[in-house]
Amino acid sequence: MSEGLTPALEAARLVMARDLHLAFRRPGEVLQPLVFFAIVTTLFPLAITPELAQLRQVAPGVVWVAALLASLLALEFLYRDDAHDGTLEQYALSGQSLTWLLFAKTASHWLLTGLPLAIMAPVAALALGAPKGSVSGIIASVAIGSIALSLLGAIGASLTLGVRRSGVLLSILTLPLAIPVLIFGARATQLAIAGEDIAAPLYLLGAIDVLGITLAPLAASAAVRISLE
Amino acid sequence: MMEFLEMGGYARYVWSSYAIVLVAIVLNIVWARRALKRAQAEARRRVTMRDAA
Amino acid sequence: MAWTWFHRLASPPYVYALAARLTPWFAWPAALLIVAGLYGGLVVAPPDYQQGEGYRILYVHVPSAWMSLMVYTTMAVAAGIGLIWRMKVAHAVAASCAALGATFTFCALVTGSLWGAPMWGTYWEWDPRLTFELVLLFQFLGYMGLRAAIEDVQRADRVSAVLAVVGIVNVPIIHYSVEWWNSLHQTASVMKLSKPSMPPEMLIPLLMTGLGFTLLFGALLLVRLRAEVLSRERAASWIREAVAGEAVRA
Repeated sequence: MSEGLTPALEAARLVMARDLHLAFRRPGEVLQPLVFFAIVTTLFPLAITPELAQLRQVAPGVVWVAALLASLLALEFLYRDDAHDGTLEQYALSGQSLTWLLFAKTASHWLLTGLPLAIMAPVAALALGAPKGSVSGIIASVAIGSIALSLLGAIGASLTLGVRRSGVLLSILTLPLAIPVLIFGARATQLAIAGEDIAAPLYLLGAIDVLGITLAPLAASAAVRISLE
Repeated sequence: MMEFLEMGGYARYVWSSYAIVLVAIVLNIVWARRALKRAQAEARRRVTMRDAA
Repeated sequence: MAWTWFHRLASPPYVYALAARLTPWFAWPAALLIVAGLYGGLVVAPPDYQQGEGYRILYVHVPSAWMSLMVYTTMAVAAGIGLIWRMKVAHAVAASCAALGATFTFCALVTGSLWGAPMWGTYWEWDPRLTFELVLLFQFLGYMGLRAAIEDVQRADRVSAVLAVVGIVNVPIIHYSVEWWNSLHQTASVMKLSKPSMPPEMLIPLLMTGLGFTLLFGALLLVRLRAEVLSRERAASWIREAVAGEAVRA
């Protein structure tokens, strides 16, 4: 398979493999956002009510807001190490398409954050009163939606690359862009809990994903180049 | 005249809307002019410093 | 040559002088149109058969909302031009838009809320147009925050330009939200070019305030643009003549 890949794709594949390798050496980094997600979802029954019937109403929103916040926190490690040790600069100078390389980084980041969130989300939802039948729908909606979140987050992280203590600013920049994802994702989750057909919001999330995959790496690479100047 | 001020009972909504917008416009005029004056003063200061150097 | 005027617009000293000359041509007509339009809207226009006198908020709400979208679009287009052609002046235009855009968005939201309170029975509704207009406000604030966070002006210009361009997606979303979703907001009644559904006595003051606000934006943009252009020209020689003779007035 590898012989057939163009140089850009080959470079992308290598970047992705490297990122995944490095992440497995530091599982703590990958687990922390998931722990955060679990804690935040726990806060709501404590703060609102332990009644499952009522929690079921807010479950879609709670799961999605917690997932959104967890992915924002996780964005910190998208560029941090590579920017710190100069690898990012090497990527920019390498002559390979920075767009593809950043797409690869975003993809591996999603595998490490979005996908695990998609698996944890139904657990949280079940704890908030969701019926067992909603599990597959919730996994689907969070999996598809978190792709868009990773892509949008990559744009935000690229923009704030040169900024010190950029955590809050990153959130302020990324959250408005993430609102459509939140709306459709929560809607899909809500429909899944109600046992109804979730095709429509999933298609819309998919459309946002496609738009994001096409445009986000471009914007991110432009922003990274500017920040590295 | 009273009817005009009353605005058919909607007085507080209509007049506060107009007031907020007009205040916002005035503030922006003030801020813009202040920004320009500050930039001009700063530029003048730089010119003077360069001349002195 | 037809292109020389475009090239001259890239020249900071030219733009600085031109903006100074143009400002009164925007400012005074703006003042006139706004005063006349608001007078028309408050006094001349008849009361609405459904909303009575309360609908008159329209004359400040709608122009504010129009301007919020127009200013963001201007900002994004200028930012894009600055990115593609590396024009300092274009970046200065984008920077000049931000505070004003945030203000118009804030006004649109607040006046809309005050209009909705008696009419819809609530100060706020999470309907699509309101929600995305609120997002627009966050976008302006985020843009200003990002600019402020980067010390180097050239980098701040270019990074925030990427943000402005990416964020333009929200403008068509806001505009078409009343068509795409069932919304509390009414659908377009002015932009239908064939037959606007408002009688002329109501429509004309609205168009006057709309145009007036646009010219006001122009005037304020020109003032801020001069400030932005000046602050980007650290050591240029033209500054000496430009500010030396100038009395301290805008």
